[in-house]
Amino acid sequence: MKSSRRQFMKLAAASALGLGAGKLAFMGDAPAFASDIPTAATFEHPLKAKHWGMVIDTTKFTKELVEKCAHACRKQHNVPVIEGKKEVKWFWGGTFEEAFPNQIPEYLSEDVEKREIPLLCNHCESPMCVRVCPTQATFQRADGIVMMDMHRCIGCRYCMAGCPFGARSFNFQNPRPFIKDEDFNPNYPTRTRGVVEKCTFCTELLAEGKMPACVEVSEGALTFGDLGDENSEIRHLLREKFTIRRKPDAGTKPSVYYII
Amino acid sequence: MYNAKYIIPAMIVFIALMLFPFFYGTGTHKYEVQVELPKDQKECIEAKEVMRERHMQILDEWRNAVVRDEVRIYTNAKGKKFSMSLTDTCMTCHAEKDKFCDRCHNDVGVNPYCWDCHNISPEQKTPIPPAAEAPAEGGGH
Repeated sequence: MKSSRRQFMKLAAASALGLGAGKLAFMGDAPAFASDIPTAATFEHPLKAKHWGMVIDTTKFTKELVEKCAHACRKQHNVPVIEGKKEVKWFWGGTFEEAFPNQIPEYLSEDVEKREIPLLCNHCESPMCVRVCPTQATFQRADGIVMMDMHRCIGCRYCMAGCPFGARSFNFQNPRPFIKDEDFNPNYPTRTRGVVEKCTFCTELLAEGKMPACVEVSEGALTFGDLGDENSEIRHLLREKFTIRRKPDAGTKPSVYYII
Repeated sequence: MYNAKYIIPAMIVFIALMLFPFFYGTGTHKYEVQVELPKDQKECIEAKEVMRERHMQILDEWRNAVVRDEVRIYTNAKGKKFSMSLTDTCMTCHAEKDKFCDRCHNDVGVNPYCWDCHNISPEQKTPIPPAAEAPAEGGGH
């Protein structure tokens, strides 16, 4: 009697454990319980604007901060890390001379000369890349963002020839082997061989009601907002500080402003 | 016609031989694709028949809506809302591509290039999908 009672207890404990484990496994599989997979509710409150723009306070930027922003961007968009001519650039850094080659004074202050200037797609008001794209794979959204539709890109690279800022990169090879495992974001697609890519002002995060990835980690050095709303933070900043845009003579009217 | 007595029977034999495989196979095999359906979900975004016939059009509409028209929420016939995402919505339930998508696609010889870029699961840990690559040759898209 005693032993059978013990056996019964063991069996009951084991089956309770089994039931619990079964339930846990089921919960793990069910999509309703997985919190980080975006659902329809994720996109209910998107950020909207008349014309998105960015102000970059270069005085706050160091090499490390540029790299921090670039890393956040790579991580969000599965940007491959490739050295040399096949490099894929969304957010990167350059010197003042590289950033503003036709606005460089004969004698430049040492501080500015050595400063790391963050560079990205300027999301121009009159984008050259959009005008030359034969398939409308690159197009301008109503809110000013110059967006890429990878499904339509045929890899002709006219846009790369057209862009005065070198903000576009071609995938000469399958980028997947060059994406670091720890920086991989399964919720954002990778690219394939033969398409051109560039910064998109994080349209997928704006749709979720979040700020772009680089702005989030920039420690206030990047200001993102609505250029079409005169009461916005970015317009307030533009009223206060003197800013310049890259290559004004190219006539593309960039939406990215630099405080020097 | 010269040598009609040879030519006509020979042509009949030739045509019979040519058509033999078609008659031989007719009705003997039932065309059936066995796909593994998700065990914990009963309903897809639309009815089974709609999905069978139109899933490719729906995905095409989705990609234009999301990328070009800034619409990311899909409302189905019953009014239920879904995120328009191949990886996050479709592949969350149909977690194993090789047991669902590939079963049909391989049989009918289509090779859609969705997964050249899109991840096969929102839980995927590395950029290189763990499943074997789709057959390189054959099929368009």
